[in-house]
Amino acid sequence: MKSRLSSLLDAFLPVLATLAALLVGAIMLLLLKANPLVAYKALWDGAFGSTNAVAETLVKATPFLLVGLGICISFRANVMNVGGEGQMIIGAIFATWVGLNGKGMPGWILITLSMLAGVLGGGIWGGIPGILKAYFNVNEILSTIMMNAIAVQLMNYLLRGPMIDPAQAKAASQIPQTARLDEIYRLPRLVPTRLHLGALIAVILAILVYVLLWRTTLGFRIRAVGENPDAAKYGGIKVQRYVVIALLLGGAFAGLAGATQVFGVNYRIITDGSSTGFTGNAGFNGIVAALFGQLHPLLTIPASIFFGGLLVGANTMQRMVQVPSALITALNGLVVIFVVSSEIWRKKRQRRREVVALQINEPPESQAKSKETGA
Amino acid sequence: MISDLFSTTVIIGIISSGIRLATPYLYASLGETFSQRSGVLNLGVEGQMLMGAFAAFYVALKFGSLWGGVLAAILVGAVLGLAMAFVSINLQAAQGISGIGFYLFGLGMSNLLFQKMIGTVETVQGFPKIHIPFLSDIPGIGEIFFSHNVLVYIAFFLVPVAWFVLNKTTLGLKIRAVGENPDAADSLGVSVIRVRYFTVIFGGIMSALGGASLSIALLNVFQQNMTSGLGFIAVALVYFGGWRPWGILGGALLFSMVNSLQLWIQVLGIPIPSEIALMMPYILTILVLVVSTSKVRGPSALSKPFERGD
Repeated sequence: MKSRLSSLLDAFLPVLATLAALLVGAIMLLLLKANPLVAYKALWDGAFGSTNAVAETLVKATPFLLVGLGICISFRANVMNVGGEGQMIIGAIFATWVGLNGKGMPGWILITLSMLAGVLGGGIWGGIPGILKAYFNVNEILSTIMMNAIAVQLMNYLLRGPMIDPAQAKAASQIPQTARLDEIYRLPRLVPTRLHLGALIAVILAILVYVLLWRTTLGFRIRAVGENPDAAKYGGIKVQRYVVIALLLGGAFAGLAGATQVFGVNYRIITDGSSTGFTGNAGFNGIVAALFGQLHPLLTIPASIFFGGLLVGANTMQRMVQVPSALITALNGLVVIFVVSSEIWRKKRQRRREVVALQINEPPESQAKSKETGA
Repeated sequence: MISDLFSTTVIIGIISSGIRLATPYLYASLGETFSQRSGVLNLGVEGQMLMGAFAAFYVALKFGSLWGGVLAAILVGAVLGLAMAFVSINLQAAQGISGIGFYLFGLGMSNLLFQKMIGTVETVQGFPKIHIPFLSDIPGIGEIFFSHNVLVYIAFFLVPVAWFVLNKTTLGLKIRAVGENPDAADSLGVSVIRVRYFTVIFGGIMSALGGASLSIALLNVFQQNMTSGLGFIAVALVYFGGWRPWGILGGALLFSMVNSLQLWIQVLGIPIPSEIALMMPYILTILVLVVSTSKVRGPSALSKPFERGD
């Protein structure tokens, strides 16, 4: 009973952290001479006020969810994958290349192949840092950041050179973009809005990732490696292999996110020279969503919708109360900071529980010691 | 033409602007070295740079004072560093992730303030070049080393200073002790918390100065997301340089020289895809990390929150 109440409190921590962030946002709005209530009302209407608004929110949430699912897997293995941006870009490039070069194939076959190519591209881009971490002890935060930068340059190169839209290659403008995908090779829309099949795929995958993490040996091992690599190794798990798998899967999901952005929303890749120009920061916002969903694939669904809604609503807010939508990016940052900071209360409560359990059971000295060193 | 690249003037130009472009990396990476040496990974450098760049630019534009701009950047950097210190030291938050939070916050906030308080693209008259008498008249050498603005000179001067502080002073010893073995340092009476607060705030100030060097000394404009990943590279340079100021200098120069080279390639209209050149330093960094992690070891307590055992 007690533990249930406690876990309920744990689940509410991110909500409390968000409320705190929104409160700070309200103060910032006041400082910007905008009425916070009017602003947040506009934000809500912009995100969920109409069918179209909801559809836009879900479109925005789709890459967050896909990247976030990969983050759930990576972070569960205690692998800090911050390479979502680069993995999305490479996934998009692989998928687009297949989509543009497979003309003549039936639509659904080529779309499927393209999505798989996206998965492959992202998987490669995540797998490389995985191998570097597992076998060469290279910090994955750094290598994934480097891989992001390399991916951006690769995209810029391909879109100005080999993959440039033939029309642009002839024109004087030379806009760095690929050709547009033919209509039959685009992800079908679900309702008469911009909502596309990618959103549904993402939700199905969320369920599959849940099953993977908690109902399969692979998932168990990934989590074991994350919780205590020494114990996992002692238990016969090849830790290095699962580090690679965790990053590879993380990259694969981000790659799919990039592919669905092209095939469901933009129908081509276009670059402004930076990664955010293509990804809209989804590589980082996916981390935000996954953390907000407590690295649980199913909770990451509402978390992604929440952050998608914030960003879509931000545009309405900008129009209604003349507050730049950049405010929402700043608030997203605060949510992350508050959520990771609030972890300390969860840890403290957990430790109190352990102390109580120790007092009740009075385990031998050695057991208490091993617990300490494992922490 | 490709042969243009090998004329003396162009080579001097490339090296000279390469030295200038190393400035933001140097500030941010040297500051990050101090945080990491004490055991705190600050991944929010990019956000701190953007905020520093904006603060400095705003003050320079509205009040016409460049040094006022530098001061504003220092203040903003200190506040952000303080926040990062509180979150990672007192609240013991996962440092890699809270850093992403600070990045997003700085990215959004600097853009928001820019749109609200400035709005349009403006330029400022940045720090002027200082020609050091006699030395700047030496052909070639003069242009390369002795005709830069003051923030460039300070950045390079800080390299030996950082080396000296870290390796030859009591403060440096405390910082290293806290980063290697906080429990031992604590038992010897060193306040782990105070040392880490100092280094993280210092890191914030240095990142903000790196941003300021972009907005009021090198580019003299402010744009949203103007650092575009530079702050993340600065963090990587700390690893690249093996947590040593001189190694960081080498890494910063490598990145800035390649950047400078590709700028000149574009200016001269040489048909080499500059993106490939721009990719090289990142690939090289990864290779260096592969080779060096077996030899150079980082601070043992890096990114581990400290808690006094009872």
